[in-house]
Formats: sequence, C-alpha cells, structure tokens
Amino acid sequence: MRSCYPTPVYSHAGRGSFQDVYEPAEDSFLLIDALEKDAERLLHMSCTDVNPAAAQCTARTASCNRVSLQPVITDLVESLLPRLCGKVDVLLFNPPYVVTPSEEVGSRGIEAAWAGGERGREVTDRFLPLVAQLLSSEGLCYLITIAENNPEEIMGLLCQSGLEGESCLSTRAGNERLSVLRFHRNQQR
Amino acid sequence: MKLLTHNMLTSHVKGVTKGYPLLIKATEVKVNEVEFNPKFVCRMIPKLEWSTLVQAADQLGHREELPGELVPDYEKNEDFLKKVHRVLLEVEVIEGCLQCPESGREFPISKGIPNMLLNEDEA
Repeated sequence: MRSCYPTPVYSHAGRGSFQDVYEPAEDSFLLIDALEKDAERLLHMSCTDVNPAAAQCTARTASCNRVSLQPVITDLVESLLPRLCGKVDVLLFNPPYVVTPSEEVGSRGIEAAWAGGERGREVTDRFLPLVAQLLSSEGLCYLITIAENNPEEIMGLLCQSGLEGESCLSTRAGNERLSVLRFHRNQQR
Repeated sequence: MKLLTHNMLTSHVKGVTKGYPLLIKATEVKVNEVEFNPKFVCRMIPKLEWSTLVQAADQLGHREELPGELVPDYEKNEDFLKKVHRVLLEVEVIEGCLQCPESGREFPISKGIPNMLLNEDEA
C-alpha cells in the first residue's frame, strides 16, 4: 500500500532541537497506511500536541514534505472547541497507548507520546467523548490502539455515542499488537 | 498561524464564558504563496465565522477588499474565492500573541505556532 506515496522525510525528529520528540515508529506508519485512500481529503490539516517541541518538529516535517499542516499547542483539542464541533472530516489520533503507572500521564514532555496510564487508556478515554462532537456528517476518525487498550470495548463505547467502527488494519510490532480503528457516524439506512 | 487556524481557536481560561474571537497582536507577518484550490476554499467557507475572518485580516492589514458579509453564490465567484484563499491560507502570523477578549490572557505565537496551553491554576 505504501507504494502510492513515498515515506515522509522525518530524519530531524528525535535529534538536535527535537530530541524531546518521539520519532515515528510502526504505529505512525500503520496510521499512514490506513489513511492513503483519504489522502485527497487531507489538503490543509490542523494538528495538535501538548509538547511544544513536538509541534515545532511537526511543522518542520510538514515543510520538508511540502504539505500544509497547522500545528497548535494545546491539550487534545481544547482550544479548537467549540468551533470544530461537527466540522471535522478526518480526525486522527495516535494516542499515548502504552500501559504505564498513572503518575506518568499528564507530562508535556516526550513521555506524553507514550504514557497511557492504566490499561494505556487514560488519554484515549478523555478523547473518546470528543469524537462524536467533532466529526462532520461524513467524517471519519482513525485511532491507534494496542490489544491491552481493549479495542472491542472502545468500539462499544463509541457505538453508544452513535458511531460505528471497525478495526481496519492490524500489525504486530515487537510485543505490540497494533490496530487502527476507524469510525464514522451511524448512518440511518 | 494561518487565519484559518485563528478562526477555530477559543480561549478556555477558567471563568471565561466567551473566549472568542482572539485578538491578534502580530509582530511578524508573512505572506506565502499557496496553490489556489477553489474546491477546498468552497468547502471551508461554510465552516468559517465570517466576521472573525474579516476582522482578523483587517487587524493584520491584509483585508484584500473582503466584503463584510459573505457573498451569495460564492461557488462561482472565482475573484471572491481567490481573496478568501489569500486571507485564509497565504497570510501567516509568525511571531506575536493571541489575546483572550475576556480575561486578557495572552497566548504566545512562536515560529508560526500558537501555544494555547493553560497553567494548572487557569484550567
């Protein structure tokens, strides 16, 4: 699948002034693969990060790869609410999904890239209620999970807020069983 | 920070009921040419707060004769769409800050990226 688009240039991540930025890994590439067919819809994108260095790094990645990406430093989508409610066509989240002690959650440094707390779900669980608020009628949400996050339960939770989802791509990376979950509004047929 | 992003940002400082629109205090503004895509501009227009866009462009001295009201049938009005494109995607605030209209809290913009993070006592 990756043959349609070249792998993005990202050699600056994790080095120099971006040493506090977690480098793209299998999870990032799995998300890219899942997205290829939406590439046309992703003309100008907003992205957020709680780590200022990561936001600057993303801006660099965007300019290296000649794509238009507008980073905002904020917690999840806080500062974009309520304006983005019902307006998001494609929503991507690669959350910190690693199971860690709860105390490690909530940093604004590099740990924020992976520390997911209990069941690796503490940040994802703050994000889930936002999905139904943000998506437009035709909107799609892509979320990365590992088996420890209990993806079936996540799909069940989103189902309750009127969203339908499935696991659209999976892979094994070392000990991680990664999946990309894809959600859309439950269309009444 | 492009004005498309500014159009979507709200201040959520504790106690604030209307943290929108944010006032732009720019010290460095750049205009970068971006490929014109009328379909994209048409898709964005219904998502915008029009008056916020006009006001923001005005503050930066780049109003580009944008009308105060959204014109009807803009889909076929290429001249109008080009002006919107310019203001929305080509004008960029590199340095400065955004100010919450209610609390006065300033959010820095550095290297084109607004930092909207709140301190623990503000959230």
